[in-house]
Amino acid sequence: MMAFLRTLDDSDVWHSFRRSPAAILSAIVTLVLFLGAFCAPLIAPQNPFDLAGLDIMSAHLPPVWVEGGEAAFPLGTDDQGRDIFSAILYGARISLLVGFASVILAVLIGVTLGLVSGYVGGRVDSAIMRVADVQLSFPAILIALLIDGVARGLLPREAQENMAIYVLIFAIGISNWVQYARTVRGAAMVESRKEYVQAARIIGIGPVAILWRHILPNVMGPVLVIATINLAIAIITEATLSFLGVGVPPTTPSLGTLIRIGNDYLFSGEWWISIFPGIVLVLLVLAVNLLGDWLRDALNPKLR
Amino acid sequence: MLSFILQRLLQSLLVILVVALIAFSLFRYVGDPINAMVGQDTTLQQREELKERLGLNDPFLVQYARFVTNAAQGEFGMSYRHRRPVSELLAERLPATLELSIVSMILALVLGIPMGVYTALKRRGALAKSFMTLSLIGVSLPTFLIGILLILVFGVWLRWLPTFGRGEVVNLGGWTTGLLTKSGLQALILPAITLALFQMTLIMRLVRSEMLEVLRTDFIKFAHARGLPNRLVHFRHALKNTLVPVITITGLQLGSIIAFAIITESVFQWPGMGLLFIQAISTVDIPVMAAYLCLVSFFFVAINLVVDLLYFAVDPRLRVRRAGT
Repeated sequence: MMAFLRTLDDSDVWHSFRRSPAAILSAIVTLVLFLGAFCAPLIAPQNPFDLAGLDIMSAHLPPVWVEGGEAAFPLGTDDQGRDIFSAILYGARISLLVGFASVILAVLIGVTLGLVSGYVGGRVDSAIMRVADVQLSFPAILIALLIDGVARGLLPREAQENMAIYVLIFAIGISNWVQYARTVRGAAMVESRKEYVQAARIIGIGPVAILWRHILPNVMGPVLVIATINLAIAIITEATLSFLGVGVPPTTPSLGTLIRIGNDYLFSGEWWISIFPGIVLVLLVLAVNLLGDWLRDALNPKLR
Repeated sequence: MLSFILQRLLQSLLVILVVALIAFSLFRYVGDPINAMVGQDTTLQQREELKERLGLNDPFLVQYARFVTNAAQGEFGMSYRHRRPVSELLAERLPATLELSIVSMILALVLGIPMGVYTALKRRGALAKSFMTLSLIGVSLPTFLIGILLILVFGVWLRWLPTFGRGEVVNLGGWTTGLLTKSGLQALILPAITLALFQMTLIMRLVRSEMLEVLRTDFIKFAHARGLPNRLVHFRHALKNTLVPVITITGLQLGSIIAFAIITESVFQWPGMGLLFIQAISTVDIPVMAAYLCLVSFFFVAINLVVDLLYFAVDPRLRVRRAGT
């Protein structure tokens, strides 16, 4: 453990992290939000999924500092009497879950196809890259919407609500794999011509082992950077789809679903239902974006 | 030059055919077209007859070819939900989306380019720095949240602007426009800003980084050394050389503006194609989804093609290189 800490303390990445106030600040914000979302059942005063625990009498309450607010609901309540603060904690949980899972899916697809494409080359390469080109000419959000729509058509009505989160993860994951594939392909092409790969091939190591044990670790740097920035995009996409009403159902609200619920009450002056989840969403995305920016600069040897 | 255009045309055609294939598979295999047309009490035999008459028993390729031929003539069948031809529905809503998208794009360009030039020239100025900070927030703010904030501030709190629909429209031979009436223009302001904001930050950041790159080159130093006034150096020499990437991104962004119009239209209940599409998704109205997909991909491909051709007009080096080889 001590040895690990010493290595960490000596490393360039840690050094540049300590010298960047934006990175430290956004890391703190991200950590707080992650912890809040992760420990939601421990922190939240109310379980927003438990319909029995909701009291319709305490619906439409403003935040505590506005006249009519109650101390039990610090950020006010929504139309069903859900405590906004608790709903945000639980909502951030779902947003992060969908964000991370879809990024992992996109990385798995993108890195695998990129490695195969760059290492095998030839027809396989050009077939994969053509598909990537076509997909890249359409915005990711449109592809995610389309996959979502198709899933709705294919799934029976009663399964739709339960499957919504998986459909969403799948839709966002599929719509974002291209960038990884392109980056990894380029890096794998460069790496596969290097001597250590040739040496590995000569001593009889199979292509799968070469890709997995030798090439993959050397292309992970850029993948990590793209994944961080894509996490922000995935969270935004989830929120957008949920806001449009084709994402997470209102029974298990994510941040986007909460904003959608609040949007209906905007005109009666109940701004808090939308605005607080909105602020948390922006903070989360901004912090992750800044971390991604910093990571890109820190891992790029050209800028040092 | 000619072979290049032909090659690009062929590629575009291929992309459209692939998209049409996806749209066709949607239409044919997701949701049963027969179920959507007949009532509960139709007998099995009547269903079979209808299936035969509609040609749903033909081989896959024949059906696909028929779909493409019909699509090329703008024929996409009936909407399951609206019980009207899809082509009519889309034609009705196309002007709303196009007006919104084009006004937003112009807004983004007119504001984004000068801001980019300014932030590049006055890199250390306070105003430039605040532009950059704002742009970072702009990138992190999802489109729908910008819309909600604008509605809250200008629609609910200040009550300055309408937040709903298109206002009064004038019909010009089938093309409805909101640009000629006062209420139409007022209704356009908030959605157009919402849609433009993200593109504006993107264009601003792009122009800034390209300008910084160009300003570092020797020919700018030489222009300064020749004693040319700053204004001439910055705008005639530097800005002109940043335009190629700006045109590319602008062109490609026009496509994504049409896609993001879905969100903006849904926030402001703007009666355009995007709103139609989102409603089609939640009600699984497959013909509308398929038609929207084909139409939008046609726009995308056409825009990409035009952008590629514009390169030749803007960058003389490309013309020389092509002619030389």
